[in-house]
Amino acid sequence: MNSRNNNVKALVFFLGPAMLAIFVFFCIPVLSAFVISFTDFDIYSLGNFSNARFIGLRNYTQLFEDPLFWIALRNTFFFVILAGPLSVAVSLFSALLLNAKLVKFKGIFRLTYFMPVVTTLIAVAIVWRFIYHPRFGLLNYLLSFIHINPVDWLGNPFWAMPAIVLMSVWKNFGYNMIIFIAGLNNIPSDLYEAATIEGASWWQQFRSITLPMLAPTTLFISLITMIGYFQLFAEPYIMTQGGPLNKTLSIVQYLYQEGFRWWNMGYSAAIAFVLFFIIFLGSVIQTLVQKKLKHA
Amino acid sequence: MKNLSSRIANRPRFVKQINADFINLWRSVSSVKSACYFLFLFSFLSLSLSLSCNKKSSSKTEISFWAMGAEGEFVQKLVPEFEKQNPGIKVKVQMVPWTAAQEKLVTAYASDNSPDVYQLGNTWVPQFSALGAIENLDSWIQKSSTIKREKYFEGIWDTNVLDGKVYGIPWYVDTRILFYRKDVLAKAGYSVPPKTWDELYDCSKKIKAKLPAEKYPIYIPTNEWAPFVIFGLQANAQLLKNNNSYGNFQSKEFQYAFSYLINFIKQDLAPMSVSQVTNIYQAFAGEYLNMYISGPWNINEFKKWMTGDLADKWMTAPLPNMSGVKYPGVSLAGGSSLVMSGHSKKKELAWKFIEYLSTTKIQVELYHLINDLPAVKDAWEDTSLKDDIYLEAFYDQFQNVVATPKIPEWEQIVFSKLQQYAEYTARGVMTVDEAMKAMDQDVNKILEKRRWMISRNN
Repeated sequence: MNSRNNNVKALVFFLGPAMLAIFVFFCIPVLSAFVISFTDFDIYSLGNFSNARFIGLRNYTQLFEDPLFWIALRNTFFFVILAGPLSVAVSLFSALLLNAKLVKFKGIFRLTYFMPVVTTLIAVAIVWRFIYHPRFGLLNYLLSFIHINPVDWLGNPFWAMPAIVLMSVWKNFGYNMIIFIAGLNNIPSDLYEAATIEGASWWQQFRSITLPMLAPTTLFISLITMIGYFQLFAEPYIMTQGGPLNKTLSIVQYLYQEGFRWWNMGYSAAIAFVLFFIIFLGSVIQTLVQKKLKHA
Repeated sequence: MKNLSSRIANRPRFVKQINADFINLWRSVSSVKSACYFLFLFSFLSLSLSLSCNKKSSSKTEISFWAMGAEGEFVQKLVPEFEKQNPGIKVKVQMVPWTAAQEKLVTAYASDNSPDVYQLGNTWVPQFSALGAIENLDSWIQKSSTIKREKYFEGIWDTNVLDGKVYGIPWYVDTRILFYRKDVLAKAGYSVPPKTWDELYDCSKKIKAKLPAEKYPIYIPTNEWAPFVIFGLQANAQLLKNNNSYGNFQSKEFQYAFSYLINFIKQDLAPMSVSQVTNIYQAFAGEYLNMYISGPWNINEFKKWMTGDLADKWMTAPLPNMSGVKYPGVSLAGGSSLVMSGHSKKKELAWKFIEYLSTTKIQVELYHLINDLPAVKDAWEDTSLKDDIYLEAFYDQFQNVVATPKIPEWEQIVFSKLQQYAEYTARGVMTVDEAMKAMDQDVNKILEKRRWMISRNN
């Protein structure tokens, strides 16, 4: 009995502070945001609470009728579907390259590839805006060597999102790459030795040893990447402000605009919960698919 | 439930030893420790709370003043003079970047930390008045000998008046006028700048004929709402109707003005993509753009970029009007106002500071510091303003400026909706008819809350 009592005390002592902080700075805001999403809390209500109305699900129904919301949703999905797999593929590829026995100065390469991850996103976005500039940009300059006419990357409705995808993948692949390298190093080398003795080609080894052994790592990486990419914000915020023709407007950016530019807090909170639900659903689906692949 | 000790028992011995020691230690001091621990936590919390409130509880003779951007940086230089005139009073100036200003001011208000005096863009006055954050200044103005309505440009003063009550004092003013390349217009046969819409269009056509294809007579960016609203107002459009509670952008008048401007882009007289123009001044220097409707903040930049041969090749002019009846045509009453926090405990001092910033002398000094155009008309008599050839157009234009609809939702209407539909029409995604219909639908949705507030108040 006494020891159980002590356990409780120990629990309170060790977990208490963190739980308290999480409760005050996470649970309470999330709960109040949930409540606010059923009101029309806005600038009028900020001055006087009696100006807020409980409007039930109207924010949510309005959201589903809002063309901008659908545009933002489509853009975000487009981004996640394009950038997610691309990012995982590029980081796996670079991890394989860096893990190859032939490569020298691995540390330097790892460092260079990892650099963009730790560079401030704002600075990166500004530099890339220069790279994409239609008249003075580096990209168009390079393309001119293979006789491709200058493209207004960020001003062209078709190219703006791919341009942002390219930048984001470049910015993020280093992080996933490091995790992949760790995963690769965990694969026992006797598996490869056995395969070599059996006469398996490089591709066969990759498909039958590397990929299956990396499955948990890949699941983790694709989950983290997906969750991160669904919250796309700073890149379009700095580079395009959602334009041209709202082709780069992301969900989080729309949420930010509604909430912190126009002070439609209720509406903005509703967007946040829809986004939460989407990410939650995405995570569940991804986990199920990976599990199935593993057992198949 | 498996308890901690039995789990520890499964660990290697040395770990067990350490853990056991720790648990003994923990037992012996636990009662004292938990008391200390909560005391510590509590004191930490209260300390942080008291720290965050500290700002407010500063001395009784210190007032806080928040200003944005360049004003925030340079207004410090005007403070010592005020402190000399009013011994014992201190002014603490806080600079806030423009991009974050509104957010910061609203959060400051929500946490009851508003500065005593602050600068507000005059289109923000309705928002902060709706919040109940700012003081009605009527009684203060009545008592004042410095601040009088007739000393200010009429249209500018009006931006601070809501339902007949004054909430802000104009600090500096701006408006939109026409910047143009004198030499290029002269080559096209316009030795005086266009005075009517027809002339503006004709002039653009003639310039285009003389320029290579990648250069443009005029710049009408779709991410600047002001020209669209200005031309709408010139065409006598009523932008919102029924006590500003419904959109009225489908009106004949507004559609006419809107199509007039969009046509410049459609006919390749103005560039379509905003990202093509990164530096408007450089573009002017290279004749890439030759006319631009914008504000006084450009004057210094133009002076900086247009040097040498180009120095006398640019000029400013008041805006053309729809018809030739009245010149200049109407433009927007822009600028910043000084407001007083309704929660301030030092309103007397705050008002004194506002009065100080509104004296003719200090208004001129502000112009010298950062070229903010004075709100007080007397200050324009100063030779530094009177002799500046680029300012004359502004002075003329200020005689005919009006406020945009004074409702908190206005910024959302123009920034998020009007600019969006301008881009949609310019790029041919929508016709003007369709765009304005959608515009009104969006605006009506935005104004739903306002209609509810009005109906409740009646």
